[in-house]
Amino acid sequence: MAETRAPLESPGLPGWLQATPFAAVFLLFFVLPLCFVITVSFWDYNDYEMIPAFTSRSYVESFEGCLTQLPDLCTMLKTYVSTAKFCAIVWALTLFIGFTVAYFLAFYVRSATTQMVLFLVCTIPFWTSNVIRMISWIPLLGRNGLVNQLLMSLHIVNAPVEWLLYSQFSVALAFVHLFTFFMVAPIFNSMMRIDRRLIEAAYDSGASTWQMLTNIIIPLSKPGIAIGSIFVVTIVMGDFITFSEMGGGQIASAGKVIATRLSALQFPPAAASAVILLVATMVIITVLNRIVDIRREL
Amino acid sequence: MSKKYTDKGAGVSRRSLLKGAAGLAGAAAGVTSVTGFPAVWAAEEKVLRYLGTAVNQSDDITKKVKAETGITIQNIVATTDDVTKRVATQPNSFDILDTEYFSLKKLVPSGNILPMDAKKIKEFDNITPIFTKGQLPNGKVIGDQGTAPKKVMFLEGQHSTKFSKTPTEWVTLIPTVYNADTLGIRPDLIKRPINSWAELLNPEFKGKAAILDIPSIGIMDAAMVVEATGKYKYPDKGNMTKTEIDMTMAVLTEAKKAGQFRAFWKDFNESVNLMASGETVIQSMWSPAVTAVRTKGIACVFQPLKEGYRSWASGFCFSKGTTPKQQEWAYEFVNWYLSGWAGAYLNRQGYYSAVLSTAKANMEPYEWAYWMEGKPAEKDIKAPDGSLLEKAGASRDGGSYDDRMGNVACWNAVMDENDYMVRKWNEFIAA
Repeated sequence: MAETRAPLESPGLPGWLQATPFAAVFLLFFVLPLCFVITVSFWDYNDYEMIPAFTSRSYVESFEGCLTQLPDLCTMLKTYVSTAKFCAIVWALTLFIGFTVAYFLAFYVRSATTQMVLFLVCTIPFWTSNVIRMISWIPLLGRNGLVNQLLMSLHIVNAPVEWLLYSQFSVALAFVHLFTFFMVAPIFNSMMRIDRRLIEAAYDSGASTWQMLTNIIIPLSKPGIAIGSIFVVTIVMGDFITFSEMGGGQIASAGKVIATRLSALQFPPAAASAVILLVATMVIITVLNRIVDIRREL
Repeated sequence: MSKKYTDKGAGVSRRSLLKGAAGLAGAAAGVTSVTGFPAVWAAEEKVLRYLGTAVNQSDDITKKVKAETGITIQNIVATTDDVTKRVATQPNSFDILDTEYFSLKKLVPSGNILPMDAKKIKEFDNITPIFTKGQLPNGKVIGDQGTAPKKVMFLEGQHSTKFSKTPTEWVTLIPTVYNADTLGIRPDLIKRPINSWAELLNPEFKGKAAILDIPSIGIMDAAMVVEATGKYKYPDKGNMTKTEIDMTMAVLTEAKKAGQFRAFWKDFNESVNLMASGETVIQSMWSPAVTAVRTKGIACVFQPLKEGYRSWASGFCFSKGTTPKQQEWAYEFVNWYLSGWAGAYLNRQGYYSAVLSTAKANMEPYEWAYWMEGKPAEKDIKAPDGSLLEKAGASRDGGSYDDRMGNVACWNAVMDENDYMVRKWNEFIAA
């Protein structure tokens, strides 16, 4: 008994009106500023002002040496390799932890009340700013921090472990700590929509837990996984403060390149770097979209 | 919330709007808000919006200014970079500017700031000759590499954007505060004398050194190291050629790859925490940060080094958006600033004031002896807020004013090749 749907060709006036407010906000606060950024990225500049004359200088200089220095990587490539590496590590870890937490909440917690309470518990870290959550790691991981004191008093190590702080480890740790919830929420949401009868049917047919996981739950959680991945990837790609605070300013990221340029009052190259970052992020999102068609799955 | 004024023009509406703490966004909204009010004849309130980097912006100073001159100072605090950005992009968002001399190369050509008239500054002739001639009051000539104040102190005319080599009436910045920076060390952890910049990159301190994450200052510290090791002698550390930049960055990159640095710090508190927690034992530092570590009861020395200090200085000018009336108040404020109380206040924090004679008159003789003459303290030395800084008997790191300012090797600077240098800095971070 198929429902008869209204034809899609003409949404009519009410449809347009409903779409207008969001479209206006989008236009004003996203499309327009983006146009400015793109425009500025093609301007020239000197020590104290931007010069509105068309030039590709900012792009040319941003990619300086990318061909001539081969096989050595240029600054731009090195920066993006470093950023992408963190993206991959953080994505894998948040996905694993986030999926596990969501799976537990959705399938092992029986009562809906407990489920909601536990879900809200996951949001507690968001009650303070992410900078504070990040900085609170510093006294813990430092050379004379709590972790090192513990390790030394248990005679596990003789000298303080240096790589705990201001290292790739601490950056990845902070990212995972900050952003796992962005995976938990959408995956949990997807899992809650899975028809329980499917799982019962699988169970009755003798499927093992692993088979249920790989044949039913993971495929049906894909939209949640994709949305969570988009959150995590875009945040890590554009992050500046976590790299700076936890990496001791020594780890390159796309965001830091922009920040350094802005500090030096060099707006056009900063804008060019922002455009390059946007393109890189969009490529990643497009690839993700190819793997999972989010719109169809929702 | 907003008070009513009756003087003329748009300046009023803007100020009344600011009274409402609405800040910078709505100058347009403010214009209309005044029109419907009845005329109230009241004494005009003197308000100045003061943009600066917090070095000289304290509540104590704001209160004292209000009490003695009736001027209300509204502090707008930002980092050095953000101050520069704001002057370049929003010159109407402040009245009086307190910024560093090295920024002038970027600010003056923008035409967004106006010089002050030396004739209207009462104590102008008593300003220390470090600014006007590049020498100590006793005549000793000090280092002028980088953006030494004397190079950018005067303009050719009121509306000129060209620096004058000889003194003129038009002063880009009336100096407020300056200091000589060096490395901070933890003597309790290093346990041997340190006397050269070369120690910053000594592998002995691998993983325990830090520099500033501000390219123009970081590279200058590296240049001090390069010269100290005898590798190269720069004609001007504050204005390197591309080859010199490449060479200096290569030295830094090598050290970074070898794991020399624990972190690069960007703000005051970060530098204090790094040192206090023992993450670093030797790092580029600012004088009050060393004091802050010491007040935690942790040994920290602002170590004088044989190659000399890297110095900086800041001063006042006003925005091109100021009205003649506001400029008058600004002169009144600057004259008050140089009249002694503020100078003494700054000296007691370990900075130096521009007019030494007036500051001296506002300090106790034992304070002057400790801070400026490098003598052992006769009594306990207290910070402006009354907290104990040093017990009686201690003497200041680096000694007297003449010993410290007399050994300045270079000044914070913006290079001609600044753009290239910033690109190289990003390359260094990515290495």
